[in-house]
Amino acid sequence: MEATATAPAHTPADGAPRVLEREPLVLNNRSYSWITNRICGIVENKQPGLWWLLFVPSVILTGVMVFCFVYLIATGVGVWGQKQPVAWAWDITNFVFWIGIGHAGTLISAILFLTRQKWRTSVNRAAEAMTLFAVMCAGLFPAFHVGRVWMVWFLAPIPNANAIWQNFKSPLLWDVFAVSTYFTVSVIFWYIGLIPDLATLRDRCKPGLKKLLYGTFALGWRGGNRHWSHYETAYMLLAALSTPLVLSVHSVVSFDFATSVVPGWHTTIFPPYFVAGAIFGGFAMVLTLMIPARKIYGLQDLITPKHIDNMAKIILLTGTIVGYAYSMEFFMAYYGANKFELQTFQLRGLYGPSTWAYYFMFGFNVFAPQLFWIRWCRHNMWMVMIVCMCVNAGMWFERYVIIATTLERHLTPGSWRTYEATWVDKVTFLGTFGFFMMLFLLFLRFLPVIAIGEVKGVLPQSNPHQDDHPEKGIQEEDLMDYADRHVAKTVNA
Amino acid sequence: MSTTLKRVHGYLAEFDSVKELYHAAEKVNEAGYNRWDVHSPFPIHGMDHAMGVKRSKLPWLVFFGGAAGTTTAFLLQYITQVKLYPTIVQAKPATIFSLPAWFPVMFELTILFSAFTTLFGLLALIGLPRLNHPLFASKRFPKFSDDGFFVCIEARDPKFSQAGTKSFLEEIGGKNIELVEDEI
Repeated sequence: MEATATAPAHTPADGAPRVLEREPLVLNNRSYSWITNRICGIVENKQPGLWWLLFVPSVILTGVMVFCFVYLIATGVGVWGQKQPVAWAWDITNFVFWIGIGHAGTLISAILFLTRQKWRTSVNRAAEAMTLFAVMCAGLFPAFHVGRVWMVWFLAPIPNANAIWQNFKSPLLWDVFAVSTYFTVSVIFWYIGLIPDLATLRDRCKPGLKKLLYGTFALGWRGGNRHWSHYETAYMLLAALSTPLVLSVHSVVSFDFATSVVPGWHTTIFPPYFVAGAIFGGFAMVLTLMIPARKIYGLQDLITPKHIDNMAKIILLTGTIVGYAYSMEFFMAYYGANKFELQTFQLRGLYGPSTWAYYFMFGFNVFAPQLFWIRWCRHNMWMVMIVCMCVNAGMWFERYVIIATTLERHLTPGSWRTYEATWVDKVTFLGTFGFFMMLFLLFLRFLPVIAIGEVKGVLPQSNPHQDDHPEKGIQEEDLMDYADRHVAKTVNA
Repeated sequence: MSTTLKRVHGYLAEFDSVKELYHAAEKVNEAGYNRWDVHSPFPIHGMDHAMGVKRSKLPWLVFFGGAAGTTTAFLLQYITQVKLYPTIVQAKPATIFSLPAWFPVMFELTILFSAFTTLFGLLALIGLPRLNHPLFASKRFPKFSDDGFFVCIEARDPKFSQAGTKSFLEEIGGKNIELVEDEI
């Protein structure tokens, strides 16, 4: 704030310092009821033709995914391309890919909430929903990867048929706890955020089944301040709990690799590298979904170019961190004087059988986001979509490089093989996209895609002290959270 | 002729803006009412202060919920790894000294238990879910979830009186003042 309040630029002729106004979070001075109508309208009106055009193929793909899993169970894990030494391949790659995408939602809702980034309000609901759906897709793969999926209950902390307990020293078990906790806490966070908006939908419905359902899930919300007071504390607590949680999930996923002794996996850089990559991939997926949604449903005043600009900057930042991690991995392989490590990286990036995957990964993840240094690229929706598509693909290749290409060239050259995916691998992965899209489209159809209450809360007219101080440059933020601060803040002359 | 008995729930008054609601809340608080609330579509900054609402006790509940999570995870791992089924994996001890390897699960269960305590603690503190409330009988009240700002002073407040409270609400700028009744 200080920097803004004393900014010397744009000094008008009379010599008095002028402060730049912040870009508004909601454009065209929209009223409360406009916001309610626009967002609830998506749920209440007929869906556009495009919705059906996307929904039908998504349902078909979901069916294909179910078929692939049934075929896998009926025939055996041999229908996947895994052969020694590549025992972890597309399935684990897809698991890490989807779980990574599931990071942006909680990051937006938790970390951006704690850091008071108010622009989050327009995108957090959809991002959180996307998180849940991505984690659901992710969870399928390890469950089927265990081979006998009906034995998956062995993962739960209960003794198995021979009274054998799990090995809690294993990162694979940590992963079970991390992912299931992450999913549960994300559901709670999402649901608590939804309660006031479900009440809005309830109050707009005619009596009937819809009203009954929205009313039941709105729990009888009355918007009383004595409730808001506890509610805001609860929201803050969940944000504070989710912040370390979201950082822990992908760290624990990276432990699956980092605690092994496989060259190329056994590195301490993995947890931050995975977390940065997850946020990176997650934001790309949020933009991939939100840019079309804002256009189709006419939400341009709520999800403004500023929001997209901010997210593009986060993609640029995390993409560059990921680039740093790739380079540092290579440097460590060279500098660490471990010839197995060095060899792994030479095979990965220079003359192995799957260097093409490495180049895809590097190009899509490190070079493509660099376009976001240019303002025009952050403001041109087609450009943003192209970069996000590159990132979506690049992050899948990153996991493929880490998992499959590393195992192709294991410690014993006698067992070296080149991995090839089967059609079942490919179609199953495609099917999860259908499943993901189907869930997201149903979410658009039945629940408010933008947090109505939260967006209203960041409008200028929602500040009870608006226009209390005639001096220019007093911002809403100056008065926030200082209950006793009724005294005007002096502007430096 | 209706035989339904009705009980007065309180007076509901509407205000035009956040600013008016905020200043009205300050006045209701100064007048010494304590069974009342303001209803708004979103939380209003500083409203707790204007109303004289104390800080939520929820963090305390969550602290104990989280501590219960840590303890559960520690006991789960200690009892199974050291007492019931000690396994030596990669030459790591099956004693209390494998504690560092238990931290991830302890962390996760701390968060999980805290999150559940937050959800159920919140619902307990605000007395929800409930199936109905007298305020929902009001025709104007559903506006609260769109763009309505309301003050409701309940009849169980010791300072409440049918005539006095109504004129007080008019005085502080309330509009569409309505007597909300509860069927019994």
